[in-house]
Amino acid sequence: MSQFIKAVLLCSMLVFFSGCEIQPVKPWQRGILAKPEMQLVADELENFLDEHIYFSKEAATGGQSIGGGGCGCN
Amino acid sequence: MSSKSIRDSLSLACCALLHTSSNAQAELLDDVDIDTAVLYYSESDGRVSLIEPVVKMTSELNEDEIVSLQLVFDTLTGASPNGAQESNIAQTFTSPSGKQTYTTPAGELPLDDFFRDSRLAITGSYEKPIDRLRKNIWSANFSKEFDWLSIGGGYTYSQDFNQRNTTLSTSVGLSLDTIDPLGGTPIPLSAMAAPGSPQPKEADESRNTADLMLGITQVLSRKTITQLNLGISQSDGYHSDPFKIISLIDDNLGPTYGQPNGTYLHESRPDSRQRTTLYWKIAHHLTEDVINFAYRYYTDDWGVDAHTMDLKYRWRLTDRDYLQPHIRYYSQTAADFYRHSLLASEALPDYVSADLRLGEFDTITYGIKYGRVLGKNNEISARIEFMQQTGDSNPADAIGEQQNHDLYPDLDAIILQVSYSFIW
Repeated sequence: MSQFIKAVLLCSMLVFFSGCEIQPVKPWQRGILAKPEMQLVADELENFLDEHIYFSKEAATGGQSIGGGGCGCN
Repeated sequence: MSSKSIRDSLSLACCALLHTSSNAQAELLDDVDIDTAVLYYSESDGRVSLIEPVVKMTSELNEDEIVSLQLVFDTLTGASPNGAQESNIAQTFTSPSGKQTYTTPAGELPLDDFFRDSRLAITGSYEKPIDRLRKNIWSANFSKEFDWLSIGGGYTYSQDFNQRNTTLSTSVGLSLDTIDPLGGTPIPLSAMAAPGSPQPKEADESRNTADLMLGITQVLSRKTITQLNLGISQSDGYHSDPFKIISLIDDNLGPTYGQPNGTYLHESRPDSRQRTTLYWKIAHHLTEDVINFAYRYYTDDWGVDAHTMDLKYRWRLTDRDYLQPHIRYYSQTAADFYRHSLLASEALPDYVSADLRLGEFDTITYGIKYGRVLGKNNEISARIEFMQQTGDSNPADAIGEQQNHDLYPDLDAIILQVSYSFIW
């Protein structure tokens, strides 16, 4: 598993560090990126409810935003 | 009351919750985006069931300020594992309040039948740009259930760079929790009193949590966007679960239950916890469909390391309809102080818990969602998912009678959700 994690991290770092090589997308080219389904959190309530379930059933939590928890479910 | 006056009341409520400026209060809401959902979650074998309706209202105050208010009400019923082990004889436990008892038949996982609660949670946020590239976001939240009160707030600063293709953000948050179970919190490592006897208790407890998160969002192409977050969370105060116990067993025979006193101890957890997360997400638009993948690495100073992978594929059926299969894989190591039971002959450790959620296990969730887009922010959807948790049922350190029992019973749950969004 640790090798997989390293590979994921390496890929993500490559993506980010190669950002300066990427041609910037102009405002008028953002039609697709502006679609609701292309938002990083496309369905906020579904995401919120899932986070609540997993917070109450697993030891790990967080990552997407600050806060979370705030209940006696874990 | 007319819909406009209701909207105006909501506007003032949001502003009051967030203590925004009088200027903002003066600007009453125009159109309001309403997102609603109802979640039904149910575990097999009569364990926990949850019904959770949520409503979120979002609107622009001026053309560039966004205010939102979210209301959640959830109701829990059912039974939760109390931390004790299965036995070959019936076991009788004293309820957390000390006033009642419940009996688990031989060969069954001990479940606390008194597990039920209701919770009301309110969250508000207010987003205001500083200029074309920078903005501030404030948030506040309040959550109350019978034995738990949580009040918190957060602040996020974000700035765009690189022709707005790159966004850097910094978030800080603080949460103040008060834990007040009926009659107080159990004394850590104290023996569960015999049925009918008063439980020795301490006063209510508190926990404070501070969060810091640094994030970068990068547009990679006209069809691809990605995000990387680093989060650190420090919590201090009471971290034990007042309803969890651990079995104390005979070294040679395995479980020797049914003793009137000293067979079960209340768990004990450290009084601080530091969590670190690294979260990566990418969304890519194919010709018509959208693929969304997220990975999270989690580690904390309790010894828990976890990996989470989440994949959603939005399959466009028509201009209005879509199907979205989803699969999630989660794996965690056990906390350093997790034990399925304690031996009667050993010295008591400072910290110990038999809470299955602190053990080593994997979770698989899979399901599908159907959605129909009716218009701009006007959509109806429904999803069904199945969750399965599996751990080590026969650990190598099981002794005697323990070897005949399941020391990590699987958890199966079903998740149902319906959602409806519209503009008001």
